[in-house]
Amino acid sequence: MYDVVIIGAGVTGCCIARELSRYQLNACVVEKGDDVASGTSKANSGVIHSGFDAKPGSLMAKLNVEGNALLWKLAEELDFPVKKNGALVVATDEEEIKHLELLLDQARQNGVPGVRILTREEVMKMEPNLTDKTVAALYAPTGGVIDPFNLAIAMGENANVNGMEFRFETEVLQIHKKGEKYALETNHGTIETKCVVNAAGVYADKFHNMVSEEKIHITARKGEYLLFDKTVGDLFTASVFPVPGKMGKGILIAPTVHGNLYVGPTANDVEDKESINTTQDILQLLTEKAKANHLSKKVIPMNKVITSFAGLRAHQDKHDFIVQEVPDAECFFDAAGIESPGLTSSPAIGAMMAKMVSEKLNLKKKEKFVSTRKGVLKPEKLTDEERNQLIKKNPAYGNIICRCEMVTEGEIVDAIHRPLGAKSMDSIKRRTRAGMGRCQAGFCTPRTMEVLSRELGIGMTEITKKGGGSQLVVGKTKEL
Amino acid sequence: MMKSYEIVIIGGGPAGLAAALEAKESGVDSILILERDRELGGILNQCIHNGFGLHTFKEELTGPEYAYRFIEKVLEEKIEYKLNTMVMDITQSKIVTYMNKTEGLVHIQAESIILAMGCRERPRGALNIPGFRPAGIFSAGTAQRLVNMEGYMPGREVVILGSGDIGLIMARRLTLEGAHVKVVAEIMPYSGGLKRNIVQCLDDFGIPLRLSHTIVDIRGVDRVEGVTIAQVDEHMKPIPGTEEDYDCDTILLSVGLIPENELSNKINVQMNAVTSGPVVNESLETNIEGVFACGNVLHVHDLVDYVSEEAALAGKNAAKYVLGKFDGQEAPAHTVTLEAVDGVRYTVPKTVNIGRMADTVKVRFRVGNVFKDSYVSVYYDDERVLHRKKMIMAPGEMEDITLDRKRLQEYPDLKKITVKIERE
Repeated sequence: MYDVVIIGAGVTGCCIARELSRYQLNACVVEKGDDVASGTSKANSGVIHSGFDAKPGSLMAKLNVEGNALLWKLAEELDFPVKKNGALVVATDEEEIKHLELLLDQARQNGVPGVRILTREEVMKMEPNLTDKTVAALYAPTGGVIDPFNLAIAMGENANVNGMEFRFETEVLQIHKKGEKYALETNHGTIETKCVVNAAGVYADKFHNMVSEEKIHITARKGEYLLFDKTVGDLFTASVFPVPGKMGKGILIAPTVHGNLYVGPTANDVEDKESINTTQDILQLLTEKAKANHLSKKVIPMNKVITSFAGLRAHQDKHDFIVQEVPDAECFFDAAGIESPGLTSSPAIGAMMAKMVSEKLNLKKKEKFVSTRKGVLKPEKLTDEERNQLIKKNPAYGNIICRCEMVTEGEIVDAIHRPLGAKSMDSIKRRTRAGMGRCQAGFCTPRTMEVLSRELGIGMTEITKKGGGSQLVVGKTKEL
Repeated sequence: MMKSYEIVIIGGGPAGLAAALEAKESGVDSILILERDRELGGILNQCIHNGFGLHTFKEELTGPEYAYRFIEKVLEEKIEYKLNTMVMDITQSKIVTYMNKTEGLVHIQAESIILAMGCRERPRGALNIPGFRPAGIFSAGTAQRLVNMEGYMPGREVVILGSGDIGLIMARRLTLEGAHVKVVAEIMPYSGGLKRNIVQCLDDFGIPLRLSHTIVDIRGVDRVEGVTIAQVDEHMKPIPGTEEDYDCDTILLSVGLIPENELSNKINVQMNAVTSGPVVNESLETNIEGVFACGNVLHVHDLVDYVSEEAALAGKNAAKYVLGKFDGQEAPAHTVTLEAVDGVRYTVPKTVNIGRMADTVKVRFRVGNVFKDSYVSVYYDDERVLHRKKMIMAPGEMEDITLDRKRLQEYPDLKKITVKIERE
């Protein structure tokens, strides 16, 4: 029996897992996908929010500001890419300036450092490509960008190194309270635990409602994006937002931490919590935004789009995070309604949850907690001399597999063999960026498959895009 | 000490091989070919169908056979080449940085560089095709490599988007391997491929080609389960009510090729927005002196024979450049610009220096639409000097005209050569 089972290995679950792994306990994360960050955590803006947007006094506001402060330090400890590029909310008429003042006031109440309103001249100097309609902008210097996968991966790996077990492709079907413990029925048998932490993203309401009479409701709010080639990544330095609306922060234009550019997300509530498909009308809308004077005076060329994608926000009816022990279900903890700024808040959610759970179970801290982790080695960051030494030691670092992102075989092998190692094409992509470039894996697919097949000792026909039934090839030729 | 070569050729596909052989033939010994794949021959190695070499060798060869004709000679001539070697960087002063497993990162000095990197396929994102992102969506070339070189089947029930040549070839190839190709959808009102491929790869196998159709939805969370295609209007917008569903496990995309000019951009080679390839002069030299371009990195070709012919010219001129014979020609520089208008999308080359051009220079171009019973016309400034009738011209097939030096020399004040399509 486990002390704690965490449902969901998204960024929330991974942060909770990492913070709990500081304690002496027997714990496990169950995840229905084949990897960490395979739901909402893999398809979002990758923005580190400064915290001016959340309603003062809300848990969201508190954890956002705390999470922001934690992230910069964590990026060093756990070696994942972040960039403090600042955030701008652009007002395009006098009416919108009032909104900026409102946001500025919220920023003060929420304790967000350094936020101020810039005049047109000031902001145009900072971002010369802003729309000519710009009249003023709110500037938040602690805004940033992050690789959303690698935060979850880093937290998950570090938790794993500190003893946290992960069970992938394990879907929780039902939860029963059995005396002092919970029994989780899964597709791979029943798991028993003293405590449950529900970090199930868009499905957090389903699990909560299995054990509690105080029902919660989570709506999947879809956001679609267009992702552009790095050649147009320098349009803006900061992440540029419109003045927020009812459905969220609006369609932004921002660089990613890796130097691509994106336009998105939209916001549409959907019934089906698996509907991570993009839709024709929305892609059309995003295309119009990229072409027309939306935030940018420059037209963003559509022939630079490399992919489009959609993600689902776990929108809770009351629009605040729920981080609690469920009042009528002892030892069942929720981390629910974790929508934007959930990614930024996740380290703070992890710390808060770990505190609650450890107090509940009277856990003791480990004597030897490993607090640091090295990410996949990036040879491009080395000097020529260091790189040559590396290649001499391990020639795989001299072999480029993904020519768009210049990813070597050495990096792919590293991604496969590290803790919570990659088992599928998408999990390699998220760890190394192989296949994430402008050809979108056209050239490297067969070669990455070969490396996976060799390193994992599995056949080419067993290799999947993302676990489950997502095999890439159906058999050998001449077999049909 | 940095090692140096007179000519460094980036890419060991058909363009790089032909350029190397001609440069050698022209008297240059110090040549290095850098190839990122595990063998010479480039994309020809996965093109195991026949139809190559009709112009060059007057016989029908498969892709690997065609490539081997050149590889054999490169071996005979002992031209140096490196496989599994990626060019990481080039500079305007022609320092080439490459990397491989055995040597690591190496910098070499070139006197001349020939860009012969080829092209890549446009991915799904470039078309903004909506729907899910399951396994089973491949560019046609990736599927071709999987089937022909690795020996694996990408799927059994297939829908192909785009009628580029690789898509057409793969429709036949997968059919021969026992898969069921249900339909080829093409968003344009005409095919982007060669007529002979439509006949031999689709018609002969009863595979329907739906012109003015595109994919409007992809279904399937893990693996592709189906697609919806719809007819498009003249603005290429899907027409509501024309949707048709197809159950399938695989989608191949053959929606265009893009020259791979990441390296060219590093040294600010001037680019042509239409071809996405470098702007070159009559010698296939870019705006950077001593840097030449040929093959699909320059502009996407329809037939490899033309790639070889063009690349040989680049090789010859690079040799002239390093041997110092380029400016030795008697006539003074007289550069004219080629302009592509009225149905002609571009020309390669873009400028011609009449002083240093060879006796004849072939100008290749593509048209932007299907033209029946029309004329290819060439104007020297305002004077029409060529008016050649063609029964049919299509965007999928390259056209060419030949410029004659003697004739051009009769126009000492010539500024502009215009190539256009005329109805009469």
